[in-house]
Amino acid sequence: MKLSLGPVLFFWPKAVVYDFYEQMLESSVDTIYLGETVCSKRRELRTAEWIELARQLADSGKEIVLSSLALLMADSELSSLKTLCDNAPVKIEANDMSAVQLLSERGLPFVCGPSINIYNSRTLQLLQARGALRWVMPVELSASCLQRILEEAEAVGFGREIETEVFSYGHLPLAYSARCFTARFLDLPKDDCHFSCIQYPEGLLTKSQDQKALFNLNGIQTQSASIYNLKAQIPHMARIGVDILRISPRYQATVGVIKEFRSALDDFQQNRPAQQIPIQDSDCNGYWFGQPGMNRVSEEQIVSGKFMI
Amino acid sequence: MELVCPAGSLPALKKAVDCGASAVYVGLKDETNARHFSGLNFKEEGVQAGLDYARSKGVKLFVAVNTYAQPDGFHKWQRAVDMAADYQVDALICADMGVLDYAASRYPKLNLHLSVQGSGTNSASLQFYKDNFNIKRAVLPRVLSLKQVAQVAQKSPVELEVFAFGSLCIMAEGRCYLSSYLTDQSPNTCGACSPAQFVRWQETPHGLESRLNDVLIDRYQPDEKAGYPTLCKGRFEVQGRSYHALEEPTSLNTLELIPELHKIGIRAVKIEGRQRSPVYVEQVVSVWRKALDAFQADPENFSVKPQWAKPLAKVSEGAQTTLGAYTRAWQ
Repeated sequence: MKLSLGPVLFFWPKAVVYDFYEQMLESSVDTIYLGETVCSKRRELRTAEWIELARQLADSGKEIVLSSLALLMADSELSSLKTLCDNAPVKIEANDMSAVQLLSERGLPFVCGPSINIYNSRTLQLLQARGALRWVMPVELSASCLQRILEEAEAVGFGREIETEVFSYGHLPLAYSARCFTARFLDLPKDDCHFSCIQYPEGLLTKSQDQKALFNLNGIQTQSASIYNLKAQIPHMARIGVDILRISPRYQATVGVIKEFRSALDDFQQNRPAQQIPIQDSDCNGYWFGQPGMNRVSEEQIVSGKFMI
Repeated sequence: MELVCPAGSLPALKKAVDCGASAVYVGLKDETNARHFSGLNFKEEGVQAGLDYARSKGVKLFVAVNTYAQPDGFHKWQRAVDMAADYQVDALICADMGVLDYAASRYPKLNLHLSVQGSGTNSASLQFYKDNFNIKRAVLPRVLSLKQVAQVAQKSPVELEVFAFGSLCIMAEGRCYLSSYLTDQSPNTCGACSPAQFVRWQETPHGLESRLNDVLIDRYQPDEKAGYPTLCKGRFEVQGRSYHALEEPTSLNTLELIPELHKIGIRAVKIEGRQRSPVYVEQVVSVWRKALDAFQADPENFSVKPQWAKPLAKVSEGAQTTLGAYTRAWQ
């Protein structure tokens, strides 16, 4: 199994972005996804600059993929997407069906990102036939659902033609809206948002009135406040047939997280007993177990067999 | 423009037909549709009765099979498509590409509409659904401004239907997992958002509390009107400030946009609310029929009549209405 670094979901200053990827080149991830997936108004790096950055990183030895926008609502966004599809020096991650359309029209292979709604093997097969080389499972799906999809893909005979990636670490992308919740928090209209999400490099924590952490506001995207963490599920993922584990960048912790995942992966691949680094109480993993996403199924519950599949 | 109206039961369907619907849309009594609530929706024989009634009055019947089929139950979605095809309904409303593919290849003559749950927000995306499944119409998510709707309409390869009235989804439909994050059921997987079996109300020293799977969604003081705890409409705390961090409980009402929607070539307007009562359907459909007829009779001088507001206000969530994303200010 390989490790990937998902696109940065937050809005960071240009210099921070460049420093970040310089650091990531030194890390042990196999694949790096780059690009703006959340809001087209975030232009610290313009489309041409993302393309240029991809070009610069392309011969680093790591696989580079350009990620595209998830919610396209204006003609200007569609034309940026066309620019990306026509000029990308590397593969593109489609996060909306518009990208699937543009890429398949051009005969270009692509990755289906987590916001493409693939809930069954028939959908997966259809997209594979139109050029998908890889798919990232929608985050709300469970291990058992994934297992069934991959078994069916194998049975139908296209299972080997497509790679499976699982969002394995980070704030879960849960929803996209027309409304910018960061601007709303600051009482600013979206059209005059002052690009204020740059002030919140890892989003705005949203709690219930009795102080339970719930969501993380990131512009038009709503994320989980908890960190989804499937590090302990590596052996299970391997059994099911997951090819790539995705780590979603955080403002600070990313380097350490990659190290932890790499060492867990090495332990597993070399049949060493896994170091028991329990995930934090504030982390979550419910979706993987078919539970509410916010839940955390503990090691003890897994070991007791209650949640093993 | 067609007036497409909701029905969660046969009495509601009859009200919709009698009050001036051009088409009525229904779902089956299972997780294949995006309003999977207990006590709601149609058994297969009910669809036949509904179809007979609608057809006898010259009204169309659409069936929504618009959740995402998961591997364990794919046959249920197939069965729902088979049923709709057998009954020769006027349109099947789907979101899932696997289901669309099944319907398009098995029943090429079946009229397919892309559900709002399909998240088709731009012309390139709609082109995909047209090229691959030959959809005839798409229902646009409630995230687009009027200007953006016009842009999509200009280049759309298929007819467009837009939401005109009803409860307001703030997130791009088909792209929201907030409900499954808290409860394990989402619109995509189960056809339910903030499902009722997870709702709990409790009087506390802090006020009346609404909870969803034990998560506090809102707290009401005695002078405040409590609403259903749809989780995106709760009051949450961000940096010490408690407010409707995502959305206030409001309803969408676009009567005043009728001329504009017509001008940009919208083919149908949709009323939300299969989960609502026959009384709701009667009130809303009657007003919208009057408004559409008034517009057709004299497009130049169309204006929203004061007497239309009252029946709509009575059935609106949160008792306030908005033009939603159609106006940029709301965004």
